[in-house]
Amino acid sequence: MEPVTPYPPTDDNARARTFLPAPPLPLFLLQPVLRRIVTRIASQNPDMFNRLGPHKSANFIIDVTSLPFVLHLRPDPEDLLFRAVARSRKPEADAEIRGGFLDLLGLVDGDADGDALFFSRDLTITGNTEAVVCLRNALDDVDGSIAQSVADMFGPPGRAMLSALRRASARKKS
Amino acid sequence: MRPPELVCPAGTPAAMRTAVEAGADAVYCGFQNATNARNFPGLNFTPGELERAIRHAHENGTKVLLAINTFPPAGKVDLWRDAVDLGARLGVDAYIVADIGVADYIARNHPDIRLHLSVQAAASSPEAIKWYCREFGVKRVVLPRILTVSEIKAIAREIPCEIETFIFGNHGLMVEGRCSLTNYITGQSTNYDGVCSPAADVEYRRDEEGNLSTRLGDFTIDCFSCNETAGYPTICKGRYLTPARNEGYYAFEEPISLNLSSLLPDLMAAGVNALKIEGRQRSRAYVKNVVSSFRKAVDAIMAGEEPPLADLIALTEGQKQTEGAFKSKTWR
Ligand code: SF4
Repeated sequence: MEPVTPYPPTDDNARARTFLPAPPLPLFLLQPVLRRIVTRIASQNPDMFNRLGPHKSANFIIDVTSLPFVLHLRPDPEDLLFRAVARSRKPEADAEIRGGFLDLLGLVDGDADGDALFFSRDLTITGNTEAVVCLRNALDDVDGSIAQSVADMFGPPGRAMLSALRRASARKKS
Repeated sequence: MRPPELVCPAGTPAAMRTAVEAGADAVYCGFQNATNARNFPGLNFTPGELERAIRHAHENGTKVLLAINTFPPAGKVDLWRDAVDLGARLGVDAYIVADIGVADYIARNHPDIRLHLSVQAAASSPEAIKWYCREFGVKRVVLPRILTVSEIKAIAREIPCEIETFIFGNHGLMVEGRCSLTNYITGQSTNYDGVCSPAADVEYRRDEEGNLSTRLGDFTIDCFSCNETAGYPTICKGRYLTPARNEGYYAFEEPISLNLSSLLPDLMAAGVNALKIEGRQRSRAYVKNVVSSFRKAVDAIMAGEEPPLADLIALTEGQKQTEGAFKSKTWR
């Protein structure tokens, strides 16, 4: 896997940066928030894990190209893991999903199509393709929007942030 | 003119609810096994999911068509028969089948449930279609994507069943139901196992410059430079080097999607009874956009208005679209 500069100069990333804390971000502050998010989503959607089949225990790296860190996800209901990891300490993973912030947000907001993002080269996957396909299908079978559920966890400020991001995403598409 | 049925894809229960909400008249789906031609990991329905999904679809006036559209290999027929019997118990409105043995089993054991002939059966002449109607009571044929609109019109006049045609989606047609390309490389068969280019055999490699190569098994089937759009990792869409060409060459088909938005009025006037959207492997976002766009277009035509042509290019493979053979036999 090639090294990725923290902030490639794309429009998507420029827009996303407007909403994101500037680095360096103390990752230890982020970890409990990520843990809360993944626990909540898992408890709201227990059936989604069935679609992962043998890939429940796979390790995924989600590389949001505008962030100075990567996200490490292991969607195993018995041993859930969702944490931020410095790029310099990226762990070995089964698969990596790489894309711009607004594009990846669109996927968990039920607003973007993964195949279309792949065709346009805005989304890159490497590693175990079958594990990624299972994860994609599991997330897509969640009714409503995962992004909305996360925003709701943070009350009015969370919802306001999501609305602003959706507007930015709509501007990008138009 | 009777309104055509809009037949929409559902790879998951959430996608089915999305299709129903977006205006599908019918949805098609399959079980999580080799009995259907989208046997992809993490996709499709368990019996319990299908039971709930059928209830929801029927409450909203939408029919559910069960795709049992692969070919049972010798000795494994029970899996297909069980899928058929389960579908009947769950209350599906029709089966979509390709294999004559499966069609015969349905005709004998579930004669009250409609039988649709899958595109995988590749029945393209009035004689072939009439034979299926006579032998198994087929009520609808899904035509292979190799016919022009005027040929479809001529067939419609001669056959005793309804016609369904694809209007949008993947355009990997080859000799439908008989493609063995993926079998050659992976040992898995599209027609027997229900999967073309199994994800477990697909690998993407991105180099330092951002070029993306797609591999299936031991073969590189394409390499996209950093600003080129990509396609599905299927062999029919591969770009190959040959001594006869200076650069990579799409030997079979290009990464491109079918989009018949502008031919809808002609298809409806030609006597097409059902319009099919491909894409059970696609997301809810795709289903919502494509189904609602075609719902509006069909409703506008029925109301005698100019159909709105939504811009669906972002959802097409390789961000390219074609009217394929429907417009002209010279599309390739
Ligand atoms: S290689 Fe292409 S034509 Fe053959 S089964 Fe796969 S998608 Fe269809």
